[in-house]
Amino acid sequence: MLNEWLYLGIFLVIALAIPAAALLIAGMLSPKKPNPIKDSTYECGMETVGVSWVQFKVQYYIYGLIFLVFDVEIVLLYPWAVAYNKVALFGVIELILFIVILASGLLYAWRKGALEWV
Amino acid sequence: MNFIYDPVPWVINWLTQLLLSWGLSENFVTTLLYLVGAVLICLGAMLFTTMLIWAERKIGGRFQDRLGPNRVGPWGIFQSIADMLKIFTKEYINPVGIDKIPFNLAPILAVAAVLAVWAVIPFSQTVFGSNINVGILFIIAIGGLGEMAIILAGFGSNNKYALLGAFRAVAQLISYEVPMVIVLLIPVMFSGSMGLNDIVQAQTIPFIVYAPVACMIFFICSIAENGRAPFDLLEADSELVAGYNIEYSGLKFGMFFVADFLHAFTSAIVFTTIFLGGWQGPGVEQIPVLGGAYMLIKTLLVYFLMLAIRFTVPRFRIDQMMALNWKILTPLALVTVVMTALVDKAIPHEMTAIRIGALLVANLILWLLADRMITTFSKRNPVQVVTGKLRPLARPEILSVAEKETAQ
Repeated sequence: MLNEWLYLGIFLVIALAIPAAALLIAGMLSPKKPNPIKDSTYECGMETVGVSWVQFKVQYYIYGLIFLVFDVEIVLLYPWAVAYNKVALFGVIELILFIVILASGLLYAWRKGALEWV
Repeated sequence: MNFIYDPVPWVINWLTQLLLSWGLSENFVTTLLYLVGAVLICLGAMLFTTMLIWAERKIGGRFQDRLGPNRVGPWGIFQSIADMLKIFTKEYINPVGIDKIPFNLAPILAVAAVLAVWAVIPFSQTVFGSNINVGILFIIAIGGLGEMAIILAGFGSNNKYALLGAFRAVAQLISYEVPMVIVLLIPVMFSGSMGLNDIVQAQTIPFIVYAPVACMIFFICSIAENGRAPFDLLEADSELVAGYNIEYSGLKFGMFFVADFLHAFTSAIVFTTIFLGGWQGPGVEQIPVLGGAYMLIKTLLVYFLMLAIRFTVPRFRIDQMMALNWKILTPLALVTVVMTALVDKAIPHEMTAIRIGALLVANLILWLLADRMITTFSKRNPVQVVTGKLRPLARPEILSVAEKETAQ
């Protein structure tokens, strides 16, 4: 089992190292001739106005919150799914209870209009 | 162990014996072989991507009644290699005001997040990377890293389009992760393990037969996770110019490009592994190398289906896309899980035929119900038919008086 994790660790390091190495090689091969016009921020040919870290719709944040709630709760269901073949019908009823609680959260967000793209 | 029937383990075995005979310690040999394997898989995947790019452009051309690349080599087959050589020698433009660390980390992370999935994929019965017992969770977690790369790119670029594109992309990707994670419960339930190798081994009958609705939800979500048409709102050339990667040039852009194509192929592989039975097929017990061939054929079929959808379906509007996810796919996924668990528990596992039949019928009922609900939902919001020169306005009540007169 430890070997499997060793392979995973090595793989992750390699997966990071190969694109990094490619970028380094390309950096050595490529020309470097910067000038102010070339380096200016792109905005369809216009001069940029104001800072680029602009305010954005709060909707994105709300989706992020709903996602967080759902994903964390679903991940809690995975141990149940692994043990599914060992539990009796009672286990399935517990799943239904859990999912009803989860779905009522979704319904609440829906009724509150959090899912509408405004 | 025969070389022709099962080449990869044969080579590994031979190498191990050779290195051990040189007097190296066993732990060192294991680590060395893992290192070689990881480098081979990563490099192979990235070089394979150049081939994929060519194939996708060629097939895409055919779908849209064009020729596609046809100048460099026979059938334009060296087009991607020419592109690769060119992009390697392109200048990196670092725009003013970028945040250096996120800006440079993002392309690396984008590729690494996709490559890392290949560590847990079983390619055949005897050739698999790491059979960790949390394989599915690993794939989900690594998928989250890709979103990290996008937000880093958008935030580091010092560009409004990039920032807006990144927010859109992340909103879309995290939303579609929810139904995907929910339906992934079903294969775990059937196989009783989260390891991908165990899941494939449990699929003597592929899970697409047991759970077609879950399979379809997973397929739709993986297209959305790729950010391809009809879900390509994160690129949306006409609105965001290019999205989060707008300020990138040279190979830094190339890395996002590679990550995009590799991600599409990787999700085809994951789909094959989880729902189509991976390397399972007739005769794999005797000849394990056949498993790899089955896997490749199935993956290419899924990939072709993805291409067909990409090149024929137009783009969604963003509110439609979010509504599809949160109001249709997520509730449907929750109901599918409950229903599958109930039906599967009600029928003993020995009666395979009856069990499959019952699950199929239940899935069909679910699908029809969902279809009916979508139809009523869309009837409530009718599409306005555009006729003549008078086009319906999005919000007629905010028109000024003068504009109303011209409209009439």
